[in-house]
Amino acid sequence: MDLVLAIILGAAFGAVLDLVGATNPSVLGRMLSLKALSLMKAILLAIGIALILTFAGQMAGIVDVGHMSVKASYTGVFIGGMMLGLGWAVSGYCPGTGICALASGRRDALFYVAGGLLGALFYTLTYDQVKATGMLDDILGGKVTIGQIPGASYDALFPSLPGDLIGIGLGVVFILIAFVIPERLDGGQGVAVPAE
Amino acid sequence: MSVSWKLGGLMLGVVFFAAMLLVKPIGVSTQFVVLDGVIWDAINPQIITEGADGPVSEQSYLNKYAKNIAAPMNYSFVFVLAMMVGAAVSALARGGFGGEGPVPPLWAANFGASSWKRFAGSFLGGVIVLYGARLAGGCTSGHMMSGMSQTAVSGFIFAAGAFLVAVPVAMMMYKQEG
Repeated sequence: MDLVLAIILGAAFGAVLDLVGATNPSVLGRMLSLKALSLMKAILLAIGIALILTFAGQMAGIVDVGHMSVKASYTGVFIGGMMLGLGWAVSGYCPGTGICALASGRRDALFYVAGGLLGALFYTLTYDQVKATGMLDDILGGKVTIGQIPGASYDALFPSLPGDLIGIGLGVVFILIAFVIPERLDGGQGVAVPAE
Repeated sequence: MSVSWKLGGLMLGVVFFAAMLLVKPIGVSTQFVVLDGVIWDAINPQIITEGADGPVSEQSYLNKYAKNIAAPMNYSFVFVLAMMVGAAVSALARGGFGGEGPVPPLWAANFGASSWKRFAGSFLGGVIVLYGARLAGGCTSGHMMSGMSQTAVSGFIFAAGAFLVAVPVAMMMYKQEG
């Protein structure tokens, strides 16, 4: 059953990444250089919708709180995030969109995925040294959410705040930002997107 | 993009929610480590061995994923393989398979039409992204999208780091729009 769900959900995710333009490095580069923000708007809307459905679903008892998987906070999250940001800007791919781009026939993505396998291997080989720096030690309480989520096994950064309501409120904020930010900062239409 | 940002965002949000509802939050970058381990173990079968409580590895980082490397056809690995199928079918269906050729137009406008230059940039980017993603413990899917969708503090820290670097670097690199 799990594998059937993996196939259905994975295929849907891959197809949507393709349809939304996230596997196109030109779209990504125009977004990160703040030239065309449609993809940014789509991502913010997606996070907002996921937040509201997840936490409203939890409050209604439809979504199992036990399905949550909160990752730990540590200094390496920020440093690793910055590294990912650098490689993301250079290549126009993140791990998920890179493999989808490869599957959709982009030859440069083959080099990205090969580089990615090498980068992951470098991390494997340097893991003990990285760990020894203390960069992987928990900060801010480790695996925490913003507010306290009822029934969750995770602590909260702000235990007095209701985590589920915070989630819904944050979802509304993400959706509002998605609608408010312009598709282009220069106000114009820019150059036409080349026909594919 | 082939769909409007509203429809695209809605579909993306529903997929992330469906994964959370039915199984667990989406993540991708761990599977690069799993595939590394599978390849390494094929070359040197000593890398994953059978311990008292299942597969183990002398490589401390691979040891965390030893079970998945020994039996990769599990939910998370199959999910990533299915992503590739979904993306390929979608690209074929909209007639966009292969993109615009080996050099994306935005790259060509700023760095020329040389495919090897682009391949080198793409390769280097992949090395840095996956090192960073494993250091952070997740990538754009697992930390940024899934993490922030759960109000995970780590997701916000990750997103801050990623955009803090990605935006200025992209602004410097892509001055021509292409």
